[in-house]
Amino acid sequence: MCLAVPARLVTCSGTTATADLHGNQVQISTMLVPESKVGDWVLLHAGFAIQTLDEQEAQATWAVVKDLRIAGGQP
Amino acid sequence: MNFAAVLDVQDQTRDSLRRLRAAAEQLTESVRFMEICGTHTMSIFRCGLHSLLPPAVTLLSGPGCPVCVTSQGDIDQLIELARMPGMTLCTYGDMLRVIGSNGSLEQCRAEGADIRIVYSSLDAVRLAEAERNRQVVFAAVGFETTAPASAAAVLEAQRLQLKNFSILTSHKLIMPAMRALLESGDVRVDGFLCPGHVSVITGAAAFEPIVSQYHLPCIIAGFEGPQIAAALARLTELVAGGTPALENLYSQAVTEHGNQAAQLLIDRVFAHADWQWRGLGKLKDSGLALRPEFAQYDARLRFSPSAPTSREPSGCRCGDVITGRATPADCKLFGKTCTPVHALGPCMVSSEGTCQAWFKYHRVRTPRKVRAVS
Repeated sequence: MCLAVPARLVTCSGTTATADLHGNQVQISTMLVPESKVGDWVLLHAGFAIQTLDEQEAQATWAVVKDLRIAGGQP
Repeated sequence: MNFAAVLDVQDQTRDSLRRLRAAAEQLTESVRFMEICGTHTMSIFRCGLHSLLPPAVTLLSGPGCPVCVTSQGDIDQLIELARMPGMTLCTYGDMLRVIGSNGSLEQCRAEGADIRIVYSSLDAVRLAEAERNRQVVFAAVGFETTAPASAAAVLEAQRLQLKNFSILTSHKLIMPAMRALLESGDVRVDGFLCPGHVSVITGAAAFEPIVSQYHLPCIIAGFEGPQIAAALARLTELVAGGTPALENLYSQAVTEHGNQAAQLLIDRVFAHADWQWRGLGKLKDSGLALRPEFAQYDARLRFSPSAPTSREPSGCRCGDVITGRATPADCKLFGKTCTPVHALGPCMVSSEGTCQAWFKYHRVRTPRKVRAVS
């Protein structure tokens, strides 16, 4: 329940946004990070962005996820 | 991640473990550190960190898995609501298989109850908007990380003037549980690995009282093996040096005072209340109840589920496991009648539960006897 993943904001409209999750686009709420804008990386938890992230940190997390998928035999 | 980066991560982890072992040699007695986040628990087991620690350092899992700390009474109320005619119960997936006094939500669903798994609390609001002839109840479970999402759902339902949406709140606060553990007197903890994503909301400073009042070190860390290894090294160094302190090793996401927008949202919708926990009993001001002005969104007031005399599965020691009083191996059900496929206790049900982590990664497997073929 406390898992969170980095996502990048593609479009923002009020407190909702479309976020890119490694190629998947999902509708999320940006109510908890009112300062966020298109292009920002956020920490996404249960449909809510809970923190803005540094791009380098976000990419590093996805790199770990990608490594896990390769290790698990998935492309 | 390229090959050089992988080596770099390995070097960092090796360096942390070297520091940890060096600090452990300075200890005058063995120490016990507690992690209070289910995701940390799982990560620690998956990385095999237990096996890399010196004998003087032991790790305990604390009350950090939201499914595991939810009281049997709350689970029974959810099941009772789910069985009411015209009802749709929305829940995060983790809660589905937890067994109450009389079955689980999964069994209710098999019997025909309308139970939907949602990823976000707002999905439940959208469902209520689309299906106005049904009563939609959202199972609001979790710590400070999920509480703002539930608060947002209530405000959204209010904005949409929905008459068919409510929540059954079991939200809990982490600090009262940490205090209760320390004051119980029967669990010895020498330092805490503080929960990463709860800290994103509360801020690092929320854990300062553990240092100032109980003189125990607290380290906030991310969820990867190297980050956890670094946190354990710092905890050991702080204990060995006799200098308890609060340090934030997850500064990429955790600030000193946390997410203020989320805190304001929680305060606007919820008030602190005395709450029942599995394994810890009723703790003062440890939960989040809806404020009176949001009473119409309170499923307990709207549907008056009974307060059953709940009983936990016979022999189950989940309450002791989440408070560090026992390990899964001390439970006679563990690995026998209670397994991930047929889980009896919530710590085995939850993917963040200590028993499931222990079962997957930490069981001592005795080789099967092979009968000689004559």
